[in-house]
Amino acid sequence: MSQMMEVGLGHYLVVSAILLVLGVFGIFLNRKNIIIILMSIELILLAVNLNLVAFSAAHGDLAGQVMAMFVLTVAAAEAAIGLAIVLVYFRNRGSIQVEDVNLMKG
Amino acid sequence: MIATFFFYVFAVILIASAAMVVSSRNPVHSVLFLILAFFNAAALFLIAGAEFLAMVLVIVYVGAVAVLFLFVVMMLDVNFAELRGGFQRYLPVGAAIGAVLLFELVGIYWGWTVAPQAAALRLSPAPPVSNTQALGDVIYTDYIFLFQAAGLVLLVAMIGAIVLTLRERRMSRHQVIARQTARTVAETLELVDISVGVGVKSLGIYRPKMPEPPAEPAHAGGGHAEGGHHAPEVR
Repeated sequence: MSQMMEVGLGHYLVVSAILLVLGVFGIFLNRKNIIIILMSIELILLAVNLNLVAFSAAHGDLAGQVMAMFVLTVAAAEAAIGLAIVLVYFRNRGSIQVEDVNLMKG
Repeated sequence: MIATFFFYVFAVILIASAAMVVSSRNPVHSVLFLILAFFNAAALFLIAGAEFLAMVLVIVYVGAVAVLFLFVVMMLDVNFAELRGGFQRYLPVGAAIGAVLLFELVGIYWGWTVAPQAAALRLSPAPPVSNTQALGDVIYTDYIFLFQAAGLVLLVAMIGAIVLTLRERRMSRHQVIARQTARTVAETLELVDISVGVGVKSLGIYRPKMPEPPAEPAHAGGGHAEGGHHAPEVR
């Protein structure tokens, strides 16, 4: 019971595993709406960050938090670029349906 | 004890709001739940002792990324109800893949232990100073190249986003140097013979023909059919 009552590495791992699964599930669930797909990717990266921070805290190693910062940076850049692409696509085509993205399909 | 209680509170809210992000009908609600999820993740970071990262998460994610999402969702004039179609169709396959993934993760967690020499393999052990100070000590020395790479990533992302979304609108008159240098005397200056003593009254005001506005792109090609497509204009 005391194992249950103390916040440890396992708790964080379970939370981030659920978060990751929810993100992947969201990608499949909202296959038409690219904005929600991008949000699901943010959730997945958040789960990764949670894992990194949990391991960093559990082992007393700061490298995990540095990596988490790097992941944060990449996630922010990815969101900016992804949304810019969505915006340009919407301007050109007037829709953001993922299934319509087949101009390159020959 | 109190930390445990708050851990469970924040974890439950985090997971619930993440579920709402992926299942909400309205994308604006999705973004707002995403913000809630980020706040709760920041709280979990705080409980884990990563104070600096918690604050960065709040500032960067809530302050920048989520607001960016909100801007884009509100800017796009999309019928989001139409995008909801096929929700039931995609539900089984999504649930199946999610279940498989969760099963695998549980399997990993089941048969997994920390290596006994893990403590000796620490890359940068946390010194007994505050989290922010320790992180700063490490980032600017051991991980300086990673830090610079992060800066480069942000720079490339910034330039890329600007280049992608920059739309040159001809709202004002611009100077086109090529047109200026390509002018010839023949097309700008006209010499007219006027006999002596003839005034404006009998001659009338002579108006030179205005030069045609150069090369307005033909509208016949249907270039504006989509409403927003702007090919680079030739001027």
